[in-house]
This record gives sequence, C-alpha cells and structure tokens, in this order.
Amino acid sequence: MADAKELKQVLTGPIISNNPIALQILGVCSALAVTSKMETALVMTIALTAVTALSNLFISMIRNHIPSSVRIIVQMTIIASLVIVVDQVLQAYAYDVAKQLSVFVGLIITNCIVMGRAEAYAMKTPPMMSFMDGIGNGLGYGAILLSVGFVRELFGNGSLFGVEILSKISDGGWYQPNGLLLLPPSAFFLIAALIWIIRTIKPEQVEAKG
Amino acid sequence: MASNKDSFGRTLFVVVGLCFICSVFVSTAAVLLKPTQQENKLLDKQKYILEAAGLVDTRAGEVSKTQILETYDKYVEAKLVDLKSGDWAEGNADTFDTEKAARSPETSFKPENDIASVKRVANKGVVYLVRDDAGALQTVIIPVKGYGLWSTMYAFLAVESDLNTVRSLVYYDFTGSGETPGLGGEVQNPKWIAKWQGKKLYDDQGNLAIKVTKNPAVAESVHGVDALSGATLTSNGVQHSLDFWLGKEGFARFLEKARNGGLS
Repeated sequence: MADAKELKQVLTGPIISNNPIALQILGVCSALAVTSKMETALVMTIALTAVTALSNLFISMIRNHIPSSVRIIVQMTIIASLVIVVDQVLQAYAYDVAKQLSVFVGLIITNCIVMGRAEAYAMKTPPMMSFMDGIGNGLGYGAILLSVGFVRELFGNGSLFGVEILSKISDGGWYQPNGLLLLPPSAFFLIAALIWIIRTIKPEQVEAKG
Repeated sequence: MASNKDSFGRTLFVVVGLCFICSVFVSTAAVLLKPTQQENKLLDKQKYILEAAGLVDTRAGEVSKTQILETYDKYVEAKLVDLKSGDWAEGNADTFDTEKAARSPETSFKPENDIASVKRVANKGVVYLVRDDAGALQTVIIPVKGYGLWSTMYAFLAVESDLNTVRSLVYYDFTGSGETPGLGGEVQNPKWIAKWQGKKLYDDQGNLAIKVTKNPAVAESVHGVDALSGATLTSNGVQHSLDFWLGKEGFARFLEKARNGGLS
C-alpha cells in the first residue's frame, strides 16, 4: 500500500507543479468555454473530477484484463458511460446549470485529461492510487478553471457566483465591465498569464530550447 | 491468465462483457433519473410562463419550486387551439407535446411560407390564459419559436387581454449551444425584454405591425422594438418568429376570434 507521502504527491501534485492545463496544456477547450461564470466553472470541475476519478478507478480495476489491442476503445467505453451518467445526473439535479453547460458536459468524453490519466496512469497503477490521481487532476483542472472564472466573472460582469460585487454602470453603478472577458478568447490570455506566472515561480517547468 | 489476455477469445469476451455492463449502467441511470428530469423541464417551462406573465421575477432571486407550482396552478390555464379554425380544440393541454405532434404527419402540417424555419407545425397549439384573483383574464401567452443565427429559439409572447398590447417576450430555450453570448444571446437580457412592454402588435387596420428594427424613428413608435446591436440575424429571427406565429399559419385565426370577443 502506498504511504502517506506518495498519496499526498498524487493528490496535490497536479494542482501546481504538474497541472494538467498549465503544464501539460490539456483540456484547454472546455477551460475556454465554461469559465465565463464561477458557477459553471465549479460544476464543470466537479463533473470532470467525478469522471476522471471513477474512470481511473474502473480502468485500474480491470487493467490486468484489458487486451492491449483494444485498450483505448475499452477506456473510451468506460469514460463515455460515466460521462452520460454524469450528464443525466446534472439534468436531474442541477437543471439550470446543465442547461448552461449544454454540450460541454458531453464533451468531457473528449477531454484529454481524462484519456491522458487513464492511459498514462490508471493502466499501470492499483485502483486506490488511480482514484486519488483522478481527484488530484480534477483539482488541478478546477484550480485553473476557478482562477480564470474568477477574473472573467468579476471583471467581465462585476459579480461572483451571480452575486454583484462591482456595481455596473448599466445598473446605475460605477463599474464599466470589460466585455472581452465574457468572450472565450479572453480565457486564452488568462491561461497564458497563469502559465507564465507558474513558470516564473517554477523555472524547471520551462521546456528546454532547441 | 495475463499471458493469454490478448488472445482472440479473451478480447472478445472482455469487450462484449464491458459493453454489457456499461449499457446496463447507463440505461439504469437514464431510466431512474427520467422522471426527475421531466419534472425539471416542466417546472422550468412553467417558471418562464409565470415570468412572461409578470407573476414571478427570476432575476430577483431563486424562485422556489412550491412557489412556481402554486402560482401556476392558481392563475394559469393551458388550453389547446386548433390553428386552422382558431377555435378551442379537444384534448389535455397540460400533457400535449407540441414538438411530438409536429413530428407526426397526421397531427401536423408543413407551412407554405416557412419564414421562421420551423419545418412542421402541429395542427393544435397550446396557449396559456392567465387570470387574476377575481378570475378576469389578464394575459394570454403564446409560444413562439424560430431560427435565429445558430439555433432554434423558443419564447413565450405574453399579450394583455386586449390581445394587442405586448406584456413581455421571454426567450427560455435554445437548441444546441444557443445564440452568441453578448450578441444574439442578449434576447434574454432583461433590458431588451423590457423594451417590448406596451408595444402594440397590430395597427388600427388590424394588420400585423410589430417590427424589430434598426431605425430609431420606428423603434420609438408603438409598433417598433430596437433591434439588438451586433445581432442582426438573431433580431431577424425574432421578427420572423413573430411574423410566423402571429400569421395565418400560426395563431392569427385564434387571435382574430379572441379579439372579437371569442375568449371567455
């Protein structure tokens, strides 16, 4: 059984030092799409964490039985089933948010973080550690999503989780919102800025030149 | 065991077994959650009907489930209308599925002048009558839908009991990922919705006159609504939806009869 130190590494490593978005540049598509509000970013994080953790768990449980010739298809089947179930659950219990997330829950299937962790980690690691790895990567994804969502919603719409923080001129306040932040391209700049900050603090993440 | 896991038989066994387990898992979830999802959908629709009628304000905060159900039961009555004749039609309007009826050739027709790209229209339409505490008719709500730029947009048009003065036009659902946020998506902006209040659908001769327009002079008038800037195609979609559903292949007959005192 893995010791506590390794567990901690698996769980917290992906948040900063091995972040799936910032270091591996995976899952950027949904990070651009669902971060205009904190609420959707949070629900998306929970959905992705659930899918990554459970798919890692199940794939790891049957990893010794998966024929190598069809392993990607087997992984996809498990991931796709989980995504459909998550989508159904959201439609049943968080209808408003599910409506806003629309296709992006379904697109978790194609999220490279899920596939990447299944292939690179769960295929060769015991179930419990794989499950923790899924949670860790979900947290790393969420850390970026929520940071980007924080900036976008606060400066783009003057609110956080729908609660008004800066009162907008259009509602009789003083704050002129930055409309660019509500559009997906702004997330590119914000994610790039985050990667820059992380790599300035941790220069070992910078790729070797040449 | 591990040595022969790549054999043909094993591969087939694992794949078939996995597919079986996954399909049972997915279908169980879908079947178990279906009632809750349908309830949500219905509740969501009722919420927007109440919002169109001005009975709840979803912007002011979360509206509770019981509040929606109670208010809806108390004030709103759904009725079926035969579009061709404009008379009330038989049937339970609460369970009538317009989308389903529009798909079947027996219960629908293909409009000749399909400006709103609705493809097929059900022979019967649902209208919602909203009454006040004394039972007097306050608002009539007509469902409209039409193609915008990217998606089919669903809305409730609420008109006052004179069947001419608009109370509100509330967009509540879009197919796919909807209209562009910040541009066409602004059809849901409360400030734009507020522009509809008090506008008249028909001119003195009884012709349909409501216009979504970029011309400021027309927009100021009683028949004009300022178009959304940067969203010409969505604005056109709104115009076409109204033209179609208030036109003769939509609710025109019904509205005409109702204006001449046919509503009781």
